[in-house]
Amino acid sequence: MPHGLEGYRGLALKALINIGAGIGDTIRIKKSSGTIYEGILVPRFEYGDPECIVLKLKNGYNIGLKINDADVVEKLGEGSKLTYKAQPTPKTVLNLPKVPIIGTGGTIASRVDYRTGAVTPIFTTGDLYSMVPELGEIANVETKVLFNVFSEDMTPKHWIKIAEEIASQFGNNIQGVVVAHGTDTMGYTAAALSFALQALPVPVVLVGSQRSSDRPSSDAAFNLIGAVIAAVHAPFGEVAVAMHKNLSDDEVLIHRGTRVRKCHTSRRDAFKSINADPLGIVKNRVYRQISSFFKPRNSSNSPKINPVFEEKAVLVKYYPGFNPEIIEKLLDMGYRGVILEGTGLGHVGSVCIKAIERARDMGVFIGMTSQCIWGRVNMDVYYTGRDLQRAGVTPLEDMLAETAVVKLMWVLAQTDNIEEIKKLMLTNIAGEFSHRLSYRWSA
Amino acid sequence: MKVKVGLELHQQLATTYKLFCGCQISLSSAEPEYKFIRRLRPTQSELGEVDPAALFEFKKGRYIVYEVDDSSSCLVEMDEEPPHPINGEAVEVALTVALLLNASPVDEVHVMRKIVIDGSNTAGFQRTALIATGGYIDVENKRIPIQSICVEEDAARLIKQEGEAIYYRLDRLGIPLIEIATAPIIESPREALTVASSIGRILRTTGRVRRGLGSIRQDVNISTEGGGLIEVKGVQRLDLIEKVVEYEIMRQKNLLAIRDELDARGCKPTDIINEPIIDFTEIFRNTSSHIIRNAVKSGGKVLGVVLKKFGGLLARELEPGLRFGGEFATRASFWGGVGGIFHTDELPGYGITAEEVAKVKSLTGASELDAIILVADEYSKAEAALKAILERALEALKGVPDETRGPNPDGTTRYMRPRPGAARMYPETDIPPLRITEDIFLKVKHNLPEHPSIMLKNLVDVYGLNRKLAEQLMDSEYLNVFKLIMSEVKVPAKFVVATLTETLKNLEREGVDVSILTDSTLIDVFKYVDKGFMVKENVPEVLKWLCLNVNMSVKDALEALNIQLLTREELEKIVDDALVVKSDLVNRMGLKALDSIMGFLMGKLRGRVDPQLLMEIIRRRIVEKVGGGRS
Repeated sequence: MPHGLEGYRGLALKALINIGAGIGDTIRIKKSSGTIYEGILVPRFEYGDPECIVLKLKNGYNIGLKINDADVVEKLGEGSKLTYKAQPTPKTVLNLPKVPIIGTGGTIASRVDYRTGAVTPIFTTGDLYSMVPELGEIANVETKVLFNVFSEDMTPKHWIKIAEEIASQFGNNIQGVVVAHGTDTMGYTAAALSFALQALPVPVVLVGSQRSSDRPSSDAAFNLIGAVIAAVHAPFGEVAVAMHKNLSDDEVLIHRGTRVRKCHTSRRDAFKSINADPLGIVKNRVYRQISSFFKPRNSSNSPKINPVFEEKAVLVKYYPGFNPEIIEKLLDMGYRGVILEGTGLGHVGSVCIKAIERARDMGVFIGMTSQCIWGRVNMDVYYTGRDLQRAGVTPLEDMLAETAVVKLMWVLAQTDNIEEIKKLMLTNIAGEFSHRLSYRWSA
Repeated sequence: MKVKVGLELHQQLATTYKLFCGCQISLSSAEPEYKFIRRLRPTQSELGEVDPAALFEFKKGRYIVYEVDDSSSCLVEMDEEPPHPINGEAVEVALTVALLLNASPVDEVHVMRKIVIDGSNTAGFQRTALIATGGYIDVENKRIPIQSICVEEDAARLIKQEGEAIYYRLDRLGIPLIEIATAPIIESPREALTVASSIGRILRTTGRVRRGLGSIRQDVNISTEGGGLIEVKGVQRLDLIEKVVEYEIMRQKNLLAIRDELDARGCKPTDIINEPIIDFTEIFRNTSSHIIRNAVKSGGKVLGVVLKKFGGLLARELEPGLRFGGEFATRASFWGGVGGIFHTDELPGYGITAEEVAKVKSLTGASELDAIILVADEYSKAEAALKAILERALEALKGVPDETRGPNPDGTTRYMRPRPGAARMYPETDIPPLRITEDIFLKVKHNLPEHPSIMLKNLVDVYGLNRKLAEQLMDSEYLNVFKLIMSEVKVPAKFVVATLTETLKNLEREGVDVSILTDSTLIDVFKYVDKGFMVKENVPEVLKWLCLNVNMSVKDALEALNIQLLTREELEKIVDDALVVKSDLVNRMGLKALDSIMGFLMGKLRGRVDPQLLMEIIRRRIVEKVGGGRS
């Protein structure tokens, strides 16, 4: 099948193949009713009726035309290839701090083809400067596309590559690192990097956008500017996430990587710090520290680079009617650790106790977090909690369930000793716990 | 002069929900419940280019404040949630109009994004979809092709502009609009009006269009032979179209005459391009012009340029109220953000003395045939303004620059912005295409409303209206509610039509917003008349009160206006008293005194009685008193 016609089927596809038409060619369709349409052939996407040919008319509109036997489809001309003129890279101001920007995918940096609507990633330094010229006033940025992966397709293997790329930058006299990332799993990656990269000389700031950068209302540029400012000016040497504070284009919050969670499917301010203050905020191009607890940046730090993850860890959400055999099956599959997302203060039904005891006996770690999202688990208040602890469950304080499973993957890759695993899971490595909860941090 | 006019009509549809979300439609004037701020960034085209006008706006640091009412806007309007699938009800109305205009619907509707970054769309683009092409309408024996019929989302409502902030209200964003574009083959102002009203009639026969100011807006594209292509955007009143076209032809003629004059004077582009911007601040150190003094006091400069061979031309009138100099002033304020300009054709004046003018002239060596334009403001603003002025002067050598203009209330126009390049449209990939299936098509086809000509005939035949009233009704926004009223009450059709057209129009002329009258309120008004709780004479007053007092009932209006009808008992007493006063007359003339007594009492009681009832009581009382047979 000619390239680009994948979305077409039936008579539409047959007609297009017959006339040797390709995407971008000018096509005329004479319907049996007598109406004549002329336009450029554009690709079909997953949606809609694959037996309709989609033309972009001269007035700019796309329409779909169902092809019947009596319709006449002709090719009028070959499509001309549009050439995109990349903007020249601006001269860098000599004294500006150096900030590498690592691209991993997502909508944060993409460009639209107005003919076909296809969104393609852009990530040359020149492209980025022409999209967000303000960056040239803040830092000497240099882009590197590591890979182009949808957020939901990220795996621990990608975390390792990102960590290694960041680590390789530390020697280059940089002021900070920015990582562009899809938003869906950005919180998980931020947590993973927080454990994989410790004692950082400079901030590592992940950034994403909730509105693709091909549209004028995108939050990409604003978030990116905030991320670069934080990378340059923030006093911490930690992994963080930079996203809109609210619906307005005026403040970017900088969240700690182990504390941040995507809490809305679509809003710009979807990312929230849970059970913690955000690290800082960027407003009017000025970074201000909010949390007084942080590991300071220090260019003489020798970072501890330890990007290893054991994938035999699992996150299980409990619900009424939950079948404890699921835990048994996971044990049979060789899982070495389970994070439970229990109810309330950290409970699962007592029907699960037998399976949990078996896990304990097999040396499998079982940790408890809460599906309430906000607050600390406390398994001393009710019988069930006490019974679960006796059966071998480790309560994980106020740690996010998502952070807990990422941490468990990292911990399991450090040691096989269950006592050592428990100890590490309860050691505050990257600010994933706090010992007091402030009233401010409520939902 | 040969003229070509094309019309683009935009009419809001009266669907239950907005086009891409589940919000109901209501416009609010109350304090908004919340606000948020955005900055729209110009995006690159596929060639890596950025629209200069858009970039200019962005660099000015402009930001947008959106006002939100929870009842009429959700996360979709706020660009915080992807749009929902296109509203099928709106597509059905558009298909109905398409069939009435003999157009061919597409088989599959694809929603597009049209880049608009003035802030009127939170997304930075307007969503629009082509529904049908290739239609026509026959108007006065001429076939006017209808090029396209689209459904699109209405824009947010501009509230105000304060410094760098533009305020928009989200309530209007997302209301479905139908857009109908004619071919540019209309040849006169009169014809433009006739075509617009014929299309308007077709739209209203569907009974699915919204009414009220702003619910219909027309863009008028006017080009003249040898002139330019001008788009006048957002004409809200049908009757203004004729004037808009007429004045635009006048403006273009005059601009062409100015071009010829400049040509005759030997003015060349090099005369303009090489002109330097001169600093005249020293000359105005002690000026008595307030504007200049204030500008200089706050650190500004007086800058100017010579427009060689433009002397005398700036004072020329292009259309009523607009001189050639005015075209320069609007450009200066658009690109430089300055309050205004001075030019030597109107100086001395505005506190600038003849002596100052002479100094300016001698500093530049300008002759009588030249004009000098002065701007007093911050240096960078004044400089940007003068650069825009030189640009406009260059265009004058060519004749009529292509522009987007906005209508003034009298039909003249003002510069809004340069004409945008070819609209950048790309697919709205968040919304699946909608297949117009055979089922949808047949459903629409079998439910088509009557053609306007048949509807007109029916109005005459069924309701006994004369042709003029029937046409008046067809051209109003109340055809639908008229039919509802007539199905529920027994009030003369003529009176209902006169109320819905003339009375409401008069109220509009008084500046009353009649669009807030709902169908059910209007029906209620006539129910009160029908039942005798209100007399016809009170209807205008009651309607006006209802427009000024939102969400109140007819009963509230009658109480507030103290025009409750007298009861039968009260009337009987009044009649008895009158018969005593007029007892001579009654005794003398018997029942023949009826008209005279009636006239006497109506003079006192107009608006408070049902005349039928009053007449009945007087007749009965006279008969009782003197007997019916006496003469």
